[in-house]
Amino acid sequence: MTILSPTSIDEAVAALADPAIQVLAGGTDFMVEVNAGHRRPDKVLSLRHIPELRTWEQLPARDDPAHVRLGATVTYTDMLQPDLAQLLPALAHAARTVGSPQIRNAGTIGGNLATASPAGDTLPVLAALEAVVEVASPLGVRDIPVATFITGPKRTALSPGELIVAVRLPLLDGHQEFRKIGVRNAMVIAVASLALAVDTRTRTVRCALGSVGPGPIRATEAEEWLAGTIDWDRPAATTEAPDLAYFGRLVAGAAQPIDDHRGTAAYRRHAIGVLAERAAAQAFGAGSAA
Amino acid sequence: MTDPYSLTVNGTDHQVVDAWLGESLLYVLRERLGLPGSKAGCEQGECGSCSVIVDGSLECACLILAAAAVGCDITTVEGLQPGRGDFTTVQEAFIAEGAVQCGFCTPGLVVALTDLLARVPHPSDLEVREAISGNLCRCTGYGRILAAAQAAAKAASDE
Repeated sequence: MTILSPTSIDEAVAALADPAIQVLAGGTDFMVEVNAGHRRPDKVLSLRHIPELRTWEQLPARDDPAHVRLGATVTYTDMLQPDLAQLLPALAHAARTVGSPQIRNAGTIGGNLATASPAGDTLPVLAALEAVVEVASPLGVRDIPVATFITGPKRTALSPGELIVAVRLPLLDGHQEFRKIGVRNAMVIAVASLALAVDTRTRTVRCALGSVGPGPIRATEAEEWLAGTIDWDRPAATTEAPDLAYFGRLVAGAAQPIDDHRGTAAYRRHAIGVLAERAAAQAFGAGSAA
Repeated sequence: MTDPYSLTVNGTDHQVVDAWLGESLLYVLRERLGLPGSKAGCEQGECGSCSVIVDGSLECACLILAAAAVGCDITTVEGLQPGRGDFTTVQEAFIAEGAVQCGFCTPGLVVALTDLLARVPHPSDLEVREAISGNLCRCTGYGRILAAAQAAAKAASDE
């Protein structure tokens, strides 16, 4: 067994010329499999010592809208720091619900994408914001929209020899939030989760669901319906309770849940509707501030 | 056999020789470096009993590939203790408040609370609860651990 610990992205990408190499980021999934004997890597590429992968930057409005570019090994704890959290509030909400302090200090945005668990906590946020995944290989760099990056449960569009380098997320103008249901607040895998993001500039609502399908699901019919009911000149506190409930039903209809040891499909469909109704109430209901 | 590598633990460089490179930091600490303070509970990041501080950040040693932690500054529960028998403020508070029953989770909790108090000298109960939310204790019901956290914060500010 060999372990490579490069200190630059270029070195890491060069190492990927060997298709047998396995990429190790925060280790919160990878090492669980190694410890249990389910993964016996022959060659490991550790990203721990690549400082440039752990940085983020706000890209100026040369792009429209402005973006934040997160390096692949930005951790959940990094996402909770105030300067980043105020730019990407729904991502910070999601990061706060991940595991425990120990897990949030280790786990990374790139790892959440590469693992592609149906319950990955940041994935609904990335889907709602229409984030773009930057992928590098010895052949070059390509952009993959999150919607096509996740191809199924624990399956991605990454080819052998490709490394997630960064994720780009647009900065929207409006209310954002993330909600999650599990058996308790800490150390819990989502039974259902939801991200809602309002963009007052384009007058759109984006809503994506987690843990109720093979990957994150955009509730597009519900999004368009809600956007059509809002008085965009004065969006706060303009949506009535029956409309919020109807939005919840539309979102529930978009879910594709299954029964498993964490919950039944029926429970998940009900729960995701409740999460949607509450999130929309926070954004547009009485007392809201969108 | 594989090449030896070196880990910096509690300020000392340790050679790890003839080890399988897939070993976790937890395994290497306990079985190769003679540092059994970090406990092997779940080995999947759920219980926090193996909590260590790596480059200033609280992490589970079971989720770190040891050979990939070369060059990192690793502190274990043993490294918090200036000399054997000389307890830290947090450890004294655990004893005084009766926060230890079977003791298996105690080292991880001591490391987690030491990390918290270094960042937040006067934490609220909610901050303490969140800080130890990744550390499972099946004996105490946590009440005396919360009391110990507050006692340690007070003792540190009185010093």
